[in-house]
Amino acid sequence: MTALMPRSAGTFLVLLALLALWQGLHLLVGASSLASPTQTVSKLASLLAAGEFWLNISETMRAFVAAFAISLFGGIALGIVLGVRKLAGNVAEPILTTLYSIPKVVLYPLVLLCFGLGISAKIAFGVMHGLIPITLFSMNAIRQMKPVYRRTSQVMRLSPSQSAFTVIMPAILPEIISGVRLGFSLTLLGVLIGEMFASQRGLGFLLTSAINIGQIDTIMAIALLLTVFAVTCNALMMRFDRRLTHR
Amino acid sequence: MSAALGAKVVPLAPQTATAPAHARLRGVTRVFDLPKSTLHALGPVDLDLAKGEFFSVVGPSGCGKSTLLDILAGLSAPQSGTAEFEGKPIQGVPDGVGVVFQEDASFPWLNVRDNVAFGLRRAGMDPAEINRRVDYAVGFMGLKDFAASYPAQLSGGMRQRVCIARTLVMQPRLILLDEPFGALDQQTRLLMGDELLRLWRETSATILLITHALDEAAMLSDRVGVMSTRPGTFIDFVETGWERDRDSRVVSTPHFGDITARLWEKLRIEALKIMSAGKG
Repeated sequence: MTALMPRSAGTFLVLLALLALWQGLHLLVGASSLASPTQTVSKLASLLAAGEFWLNISETMRAFVAAFAISLFGGIALGIVLGVRKLAGNVAEPILTTLYSIPKVVLYPLVLLCFGLGISAKIAFGVMHGLIPITLFSMNAIRQMKPVYRRTSQVMRLSPSQSAFTVIMPAILPEIISGVRLGFSLTLLGVLIGEMFASQRGLGFLLTSAINIGQIDTIMAIALLLTVFAVTCNALMMRFDRRLTHR
Repeated sequence: MSAALGAKVVPLAPQTATAPAHARLRGVTRVFDLPKSTLHALGPVDLDLAKGEFFSVVGPSGCGKSTLLDILAGLSAPQSGTAEFEGKPIQGVPDGVGVVFQEDASFPWLNVRDNVAFGLRRAGMDPAEINRRVDYAVGFMGLKDFAASYPAQLSGGMRQRVCIARTLVMQPRLILLDEPFGALDQQTRLLMGDELLRLWRETSATILLITHALDEAAMLSDRVGVMSTRPGTFIDFVETGWERDRDSRVVSTPHFGDITARLWEKLRIEALKIMSAGKG
């Protein structure tokens, strides 16, 4: 964005700095505590070459996609209802905020009792993390929409559906995308924590087993994979937002 | 005294104009229900807007100016009394009425051209006619070089031009403006006033401008209505007597000073009432 250098060059420099920091830390604390970037990448490559690793990835992805879909559609729908109905929103907001401040991991035993060991517990735990932020962001998107947009659509004599699709939706979209971006990371977090505590498959499970036997390069390889995945998705959503909203 | 000031003062009673009024209010009041009380915001107000007239409303803050505009725009209904536009009672937003708000109402997700074309597209107009009207309005408001820009790239004054152009393409016969230049600096306001006069001459629309700036009202209008403190009623109508072909340079004439003084003389009393009520 600046005149001094293009955006891509800035991103590249940040990446380079992070790599240097990583290498520096590795040298400082030693290979037994922190694998080097090259060790990590080669471990990840060998993991990806094995079929078993892909089974774990697909297991995690299945749970994540289901949990994110529920958080996304449920959160936006709920948020819109609460945003439109003022009283319902006023009642729900403190409840949701309080609920969300509970450390959810203490409820995980309950989730396991309700859903059993398996994919449904992971999905439920992911939804517990992702649904509320998306709901709150969507609700505030509607509540904080400039009143003048609604008045403008009245003055232009738009039908309710024209007003909803051509004014209100584009007006609230940036806020909603912010909520979805946050909900995305939190849902992923929820699914992984679920896998770490009670699962026989998935990346979270692999992570816990690697921790138990002290395979530092495996831990780092999985962390790298997840980071690349999350950062890429986030960047795509940000690009989508910028293209659509021009602000 | 008013003769010495030069501005013509018209009797307070609703003028029985020879031609039927373009818009007409009779005994209009508006009361808002608050949780523990009611707020008598407006009226009773009588007003006749002649076709093609440039009418401004000045009044102390909170006197119901915007409520008056909402009633004419069909955005809210009066508690009592009648509101008519072109001989028909106002129910909902009437066809032929355009509104420009004080807040920036340009849509940030559309470029200038699409913003201006927005209302016409929703009305399902023929694309060739849309293009013709949008070209005209964009050119008229001096936005030609910014047609592909997005509102975030424009200044506040330019964004307000976009909103005016967006109203202009609908070819309204009555344009209501609610402090449209309130958020702009003084120089931009004077220039935007010129634009508004040019638009008024070109379209021969009837204009009702709500403003808190006495100079703006004095310079732009054929007639200025002065409102009292809440509940707002008209306490004076001042005819400016300007020629139709005028611009912001009238501010340097003695006559402009006379009109402004006349307006302030009336308004000062009302403004003082608010201040002393605040103290009490």
